[in-house]
Amino acid sequence: MAKVTVDGIELEVPNGSTILQAAELAGKEIPRFCYHERLSIAGNCRMCLVEVEKIPKPVASCAQPISEGMVIKTDSDMVRKSRRSVMEFLLINHPLDCPICDQGGECYLQDEAVGYGSDHTRYHENKRAVNEKDFGPLVKTVMTRCIHCTRCIRFLSEVAGVPELGATSRGEEMEVGTYVQRALSSELSANIIDLCPVGALTSKPYAFTARTWELRKTDSIDVLDAVGCSIRIDAKGPDVLRILPRINDAVNEEWLGDKSRFALDGLKRRRLDRPWVRQNGRLVEASWEQAFAAIAQRMHNVAGERIGAIAGNLCDAESMIALKDLMASLGSGNLDCRQDEAALDSTRRAFYLFNTTIEGIEEADACLFIGVDPRREAPVLNARIRKRWLAGKFPVGIIGPSLDITYDATHLGDGPSAITALQNGDHEFAGALEAAAKPMIILGQGALARPDGAAILAAVWALGAKYGVMNADWNGFNLLHVAASRVGALDMGFLPASGAKNLAGMMQGGVDILWLLGADEFDMSRITADQFVIYQGHHGDAGAARADVILPGAAYTEKNGTYVNTEGRAQWGARAVMPPGQAREDWRIIRAFSELIGHALPYDDLPAVRARLAAANPIFGEIGQVRRLAGIDLTGPTGEGAFDAAPFRPAVSNYYQTDPISRASPTMAKCVAAHASPLASAAE
Amino acid sequence: MHLTPADIAALGEIVGHYPHKRAACIDALKYMQARHGYVSDQSLEAIAVLLDMSPAELDEVATFYNLIFRKPVGEKVIYLCDSVTCWMLGRDKIARKIQDLIGIRQGETSTDGRYTLLPIVCLGHCDHAPAMMIDDRLFGDVEPGQLPGILEPPD
Repeated sequence: MAKVTVDGIELEVPNGSTILQAAELAGKEIPRFCYHERLSIAGNCRMCLVEVEKIPKPVASCAQPISEGMVIKTDSDMVRKSRRSVMEFLLINHPLDCPICDQGGECYLQDEAVGYGSDHTRYHENKRAVNEKDFGPLVKTVMTRCIHCTRCIRFLSEVAGVPELGATSRGEEMEVGTYVQRALSSELSANIIDLCPVGALTSKPYAFTARTWELRKTDSIDVLDAVGCSIRIDAKGPDVLRILPRINDAVNEEWLGDKSRFALDGLKRRRLDRPWVRQNGRLVEASWEQAFAAIAQRMHNVAGERIGAIAGNLCDAESMIALKDLMASLGSGNLDCRQDEAALDSTRRAFYLFNTTIEGIEEADACLFIGVDPRREAPVLNARIRKRWLAGKFPVGIIGPSLDITYDATHLGDGPSAITALQNGDHEFAGALEAAAKPMIILGQGALARPDGAAILAAVWALGAKYGVMNADWNGFNLLHVAASRVGALDMGFLPASGAKNLAGMMQGGVDILWLLGADEFDMSRITADQFVIYQGHHGDAGAARADVILPGAAYTEKNGTYVNTEGRAQWGARAVMPPGQAREDWRIIRAFSELIGHALPYDDLPAVRARLAAANPIFGEIGQVRRLAGIDLTGPTGEGAFDAAPFRPAVSNYYQTDPISRASPTMAKCVAAHASPLASAAE
Repeated sequence: MHLTPADIAALGEIVGHYPHKRAACIDALKYMQARHGYVSDQSLEAIAVLLDMSPAELDEVATFYNLIFRKPVGEKVIYLCDSVTCWMLGRDKIARKIQDLIGIRQGETSTDGRYTLLPIVCLGHCDHAPAMMIDDRLFGDVEPGQLPGILEPPD
């Protein structure tokens, strides 16, 4: 610790702090453009100048470490004059086109210009103009507005791990751009929109849509992957216009994947906004009463064991518990949440969670991927792995297809034989795992959604036991899920009851009535023509196309729902807008139907459903918390049988289109097209 | 443009002079420019791979220095000083004379590919302003009338 004085306030700050950090500890605000606490220090905008006694010139506080006894002034005449001069230089080539700039109202430059800008210009020469760049379908550029803080360049090379941006030339000629004009290839690329302190990089799909002060802001949780990133939903009237990340150091820091940010235009398309009933082979619009009556009529005299339910990947826990309770009241235990038929073992939470936790990745000292592609299955989590890798001494091994990943990794093999080889110590990576004090294994759904999945799960657990991945202080056994609903469903037991049918058992006529709760991700042709299908969900996707009755539900932006992420962290998503048309919150639909058939569920408001959830598993009451489970009990999951020699296949082959919302999104379709031919827009 | 085995050997030797590969980037760019007259996109990408840098990073370096050319130049590059002293003592007249003689303005390459004319900031020859340089040869006290002899030296 060192003693410093900031504007007369004496305080102790940790050694190695910068003046800017010391000033923040003293509660002083320092304006800055290039400095960002999650990026390396550049020190090139000069806006953070402060005065330090015994140093004759103003000092860039973001880049200057403190020393013992420093006396810092953050608001002296000299400081204000210096900052005003810096601002004048920054504005020389800035177009001042705020009225037509999308950043207006949330622009650092605009904000700081209020404090340090002049009311007139002394520069009467021509301002420079910079050619536009093509950064792909998500990031719009107006490079004339750029003030060369290099945050975008640093983000892509440091956090995203794809060093595609650079600043060419120097001085007045300096321009930020991609090398030979290619679309950005990172799944995290749109975070540079948030980082840009001016309007040089703005959101292309949101361009000229709304001003920030017109928007209604709702804090919620993302469901398009299983990480459960904290988001803010910005809505105007009935429309969700924008999704931004919120800071949550335990989960997403302040990043968000491009799909989670931009699939929102899919919320306006292919929506189910009224009930439909199939009559004479065709779906016909119906009222809620007609739809419920059609289901009740078909259910009449059908035995419970001939009814089944499948939960989809985006479901909230409230609707799943309601459906589970409804099925129980009908006498059915035919439930499944595993549309990919992954061999998950729900007997202990440690068998299906990301036990290390996302924050815990930073403590690990070796990592083995098995049938997982974190870059595409969970880009924000992958950024955390890269962060750990950048810190050094972090060997990464891959069993599965060799990946285009954002850090160095050793490829051990394509399929299960590599697990056996490692178990026998037949690969040099065994040494890396043995040497590690806190090794991690990340097992993907791609390795479990195959006939030998149970054997793989057991073998990987055994591998973990052999290499000390689970011990009293550390649990490095991790499953990376891709479905936001999955862990919640496993926690509440949305699985076949003893002796009841799983997804495969319900197919091919295994049940007479099938209730699909937002389930679109399995092959609908496995349902035979005489099976009666109820599809409850929000998009006209695969499930709705096969349905006999469609019940219009709410998307994640339209309901208050609980989601448990891959770490086992229960979080509350919140309603930002109302569901379209006659669509309703999903658990209320099930509750209403249960009453009609005389099995009224014992809850009729949200707190009551949540109390029911907490009774099913206390996890649902511990919002935002995660229980880190030590790996003391080494008893493994049961799973026997021979391995299939086939190589592992990743669970997500197309990052941009994984669910009904992103498949309905025109922006995501543009991303797929841009990345299918990355050279299409190359300028020669 | 793929690197020839000779290029790779030469670049390897350059890299060997430094503790970090990327430290050799300027020397590597200069080497490629000496071999091909300029640094093409393809050679930039090839060197970037060799130095464990991204093409964007290497392009930042290449475009920072005005003596690294990212576009083809003529056989001879004429650098005409445009600093204060040379400007006061008539460098504009020299530029006009060059345009009369070989038909190129600053930043242009003659159609026969023999000359490129570039402005440069201070050749450190102010006491003999106006100054110019052709490749590595420095000329001071240049008068427009001397230019034919400077540009077309008698063999």
